[in-house]
Amino acid sequence: MGTLSENKKAALLSVMLLIVGFLVWELSIPAQKAVGELTEYELLTGGGQPKAGVPPPSQVLGKAWEQLSNPFYDAGPNDKGIGIQIGYSIYRVLTGYLLAALVALPLGFVIGMSSVAYKALNPFIQVLRPISPLAWMPLALFVIQDSEASAIFVIFICSIWPMLINTAFGVAGVREDWVNVARTHELGAIRTAFTVILPAAAPTIVTGMRISIGIAWLVIVAAEMLVGGTGIGYYVWNEWNNLDLTSVIFSILVIGIVGMLLDSMFGLLQRAVAFSE
Amino acid sequence: MSKPFLSIEQLTQRYPDGQGGEFTVFENATFGIEKGEFVCILGHSGCGKSTIMNILAGLSEPTSGVVKMDGQHVSGPSLDRGVVFQNYSLLPWLSALKNVTFGVAARFPDWDKAKVVEHSTAFLAKVGLTGDTIHRKPSQLSGGMRQRVSIARAFANEPKLLLLDEPFGALDALTRGTIQEELIKVWKDTDQTVFMITHDIDEAILLADRILLMTNGPLAQVAENVEITIPRPRVRNDIVEHPNYYAIRNHLVHFLAKRSAELSGKSSDRNSPATVRFDLTGETATEDPETAPLLRAVQA
Repeated sequence: MGTLSENKKAALLSVMLLIVGFLVWELSIPAQKAVGELTEYELLTGGGQPKAGVPPPSQVLGKAWEQLSNPFYDAGPNDKGIGIQIGYSIYRVLTGYLLAALVALPLGFVIGMSSVAYKALNPFIQVLRPISPLAWMPLALFVIQDSEASAIFVIFICSIWPMLINTAFGVAGVREDWVNVARTHELGAIRTAFTVILPAAAPTIVTGMRISIGIAWLVIVAAEMLVGGTGIGYYVWNEWNNLDLTSVIFSILVIGIVGMLLDSMFGLLQRAVAFSE
Repeated sequence: MSKPFLSIEQLTQRYPDGQGGEFTVFENATFGIEKGEFVCILGHSGCGKSTIMNILAGLSEPTSGVVKMDGQHVSGPSLDRGVVFQNYSLLPWLSALKNVTFGVAARFPDWDKAKVVEHSTAFLAKVGLTGDTIHRKPSQLSGGMRQRVSIARAFANEPKLLLLDEPFGALDALTRGTIQEELIKVWKDTDQTVFMITHDIDEAILLADRILLMTNGPLAQVAENVEITIPRPRVRNDIVEHPNYYAIRNHLVHFLAKRSAELSGKSSDRNSPATVRFDLTGETATEDPETAPLLRAVQA
């Protein structure tokens, strides 16, 4: 065992934990009682039917195989492949998120550079920021009158705050020495912004962007449960209504994995812009 | 006498003291620097050396007084005045070479990329940085190497005036010695005018043509102008043998240890610092006639 590297040991342990977890889960699902032992009361209340219980992992894995082997089928409004549903969700998240970035990054720069702008806008930010993004939903539905656009708006409004605040914080915190370097080299405002302030603030800004994409992915599930139609959130809710818990558990796992992938993309970006002093 | 290349006239810096009054850091600082000269300024912390430096760099504005370079009024930062900051101020996300090309590209915007790189590499080589080292990030360099990059960046820009703010303050004595020698070499090769802040008397004697002495703040003054009458090239080990060395050194130590405090806070109406010149190379110590006002100032 001593010859294994730390990473290999950790990977081995992870796999073991997964297997043990699945085994415990599989064994803890109680077997259906045989019909013969039921009391009359149980028979009258439907106890004779197979009970809707939490499915064992073997069923979930079977479902996963079935879904992932044909992810893009489309058999009508209530029966679309998991790939299509995820695709809708990612499209909404990215659209709302990019719109938020287009607003938050320049605005954050202004707030970070000017203490007047900071003081003027801070009360609005502080009031708007703690509002649950879903609280905007009724207003968005009424004003925009389009459920698709409303979901995108909700993503926009929830992902704007961490980006805005982190950009402002990062820009305001750029070391004065570096700004002085720009000044003594007679760099104009635009060149200073792009060659000194942006790289100096980039780690903080990307951290904000990473927090934002995480929140956006959390919110899209809830938003799609409300607006319905398509998306992974709608899919979870729809399968709940169908009492198909196997699909519910499978889609929960998919939500987790896609969220992890989105986050690790920003992790890579974060590593690319990081610097040590 | 014609105007010097750089002339600092009646420079005064006051800050509000937080109680409605004013706090004067230094007052009526007046001195000149000739082209190609290496001038050091010595004084205790708080006498406003760094403030003078920032004003010369154009990073801050004096309360009153003017700075003229080449007869032109100085205001705002400019590529004509390069600065080496105490904490290196390298941009940590750029490699050593990129930190230098950053400055060179700003200074010579019409140069093509190859020329910028060639020029920058040459100046990095002047301070002893060659090979793979120049592609490392500042965090992968030692303190001494970082300061070398910073010096290379400043010299590569070929400014009319180079300002060094305690460039060796954070370095150990051995590294300091090596870089001081490199600094002299680059300075000789490039005919730069250099104005440097330091705390280190020996460093000042080794490097400078003249040393300006400041009294303690508040109400600090540039009190004396000590000429370093030791011929160049100066080598650390040899200059201590020079007859003038200890005379100058003792004078500086005495000033910093005692007289900087005694003279502190006393307004003087003298327009320029008293010049002090030691020359013991002859049979007897020859006193420069200009030392006379100094003696009066001490008694005052």
